Amino acid sequence: MVELNFARVRPEAVMDLTRVPELREWGTENGRLRVGAGITYTRVIRELGDRLPGLAMASRTVGSPQIRNRGTVGGNLGTASPAGDALPPLYVSDAEVELASVEGTRRVPVAEFVKAPKRTATNPEELISAFLVPEAGGPQQYAKIGPRNAMVIAVCSLGLAVHPERKEVCACIGSAGPTPIRACEAEDFIRGVIEEEGLWESRGELAEAALGRFGELVSEAARPISDVRGTAAYRTHAVGVLARRTLGWAWNEYRGGI
Amino acid sequence: MRLNLTVNGEQRETDGVWEGESLLYVLRERLGLPGSKNACEQGECGSCSVYLDGILVCSCLVLAGQAEGSEVVTVEAVSGDSGLHPVQEAFVEAGAVQCGFCTPGFVVATHDLLRRNPEPSEAEVREALAGNLCRCTGYEKILDAVRRAAARGEDAPR
Repeated sequence: MVELNFARVRPEAVMDLTRVPELREWGTENGRLRVGAGITYTRVIRELGDRLPGLAMASRTVGSPQIRNRGTVGGNLGTASPAGDALPPLYVSDAEVELASVEGTRRVPVAEFVKAPKRTATNPEELISAFLVPEAGGPQQYAKIGPRNAMVIAVCSLGLAVHPERKEVCACIGSAGPTPIRACEAEDFIRGVIEEEGLWESRGELAEAALGRFGELVSEAARPISDVRGTAAYRTHAVGVLARRTLGWAWNEYRGGI
Repeated sequence: MRLNLTVNGEQRETDGVWEGESLLYVLRERLGLPGSKNACEQGECGSCSVYLDGILVCSCLVLAGQAEGSEVVTVEAVSGDSGLHPVQEAFVEAGAVQCGFCTPGFVVATHDLLRRNPEPSEAEVREALAGNLCRCTGYEKILDAVRRAAARGEDAPR
């Protein structure tokens, strides 16, 4: 719509999907949530905040109330911006994107769906109909850096999910690479620490040094560029800080205190 | 294209609407309702805030055709026959109007906040108005006006 207002695009046709009721529904399917692509951020926050806390936290950082009332997770997926706030939470929960066409529907893991900046695996005849994601099995966090609280495109961001059911911690970097990036080495490292010290069972404290090393490994996974919003060096540093902090918060929540 | 919609309780029809036109353009240029302001045209400033089927939106980001058959309420309908709405009165009393360009958007956004949440906390006020910009930077008085309107505790008519 912005591009239309600024006469940057003049599409031959525009299709309004906001009135397709199926795109505005969510429910459960084989133990996972299936969320219609047309669900707004406002509805994610209000209706799914308890089941998908990380996605709800990210949704709260999007634009303004006016924007959250119209903007959808499906739109965020279709845009496939490296700074898309909804993407890191979907990555850390291994979400799948459902694509529908007259040929039928297919489901693609979100990390395969996002191909490159603003490029997705969607074929021309397909539309994004939904995403599928398990309900949170443990604490989730989303943190974002920007010059103010509202109306900000992330300088960089981080989504994190603690998965006690499969004894894993997943972290995904936003806006510091061509696509969101899962920090696999950091994930492996912290899984090892937690396992070695029996922390899943004892719910003991995570050592400061382990949190720090986790942050360093997340920084190493970043592949940022310098642009108007921030330098590559700043982004590299900042995602590490976000990772250390969000893991600390999420782990404390897992331990039962906040 | 022909567009039918209800604006401020009145059934309106307008012809010759270009398919790429925003709802804001239709309101201002075709329906003679200049209260909603046209500034950034990218959803940054909130000065074009209206209700679309009861939901607060930036009308510059709504394609006119998407509003077909919908109910739109603009700042023009916030005041009633009996005069200013309590939110508007509070803006006047607090001196929350400088150049006045952002005021319609702030009035509609405040109206939306107080009908959802009649006793908002400071943080909730700031969050609710985060999508509205005042380039005179008169935010302190705007916040005073919102507190004043909330303290008055009158429910919004819509």
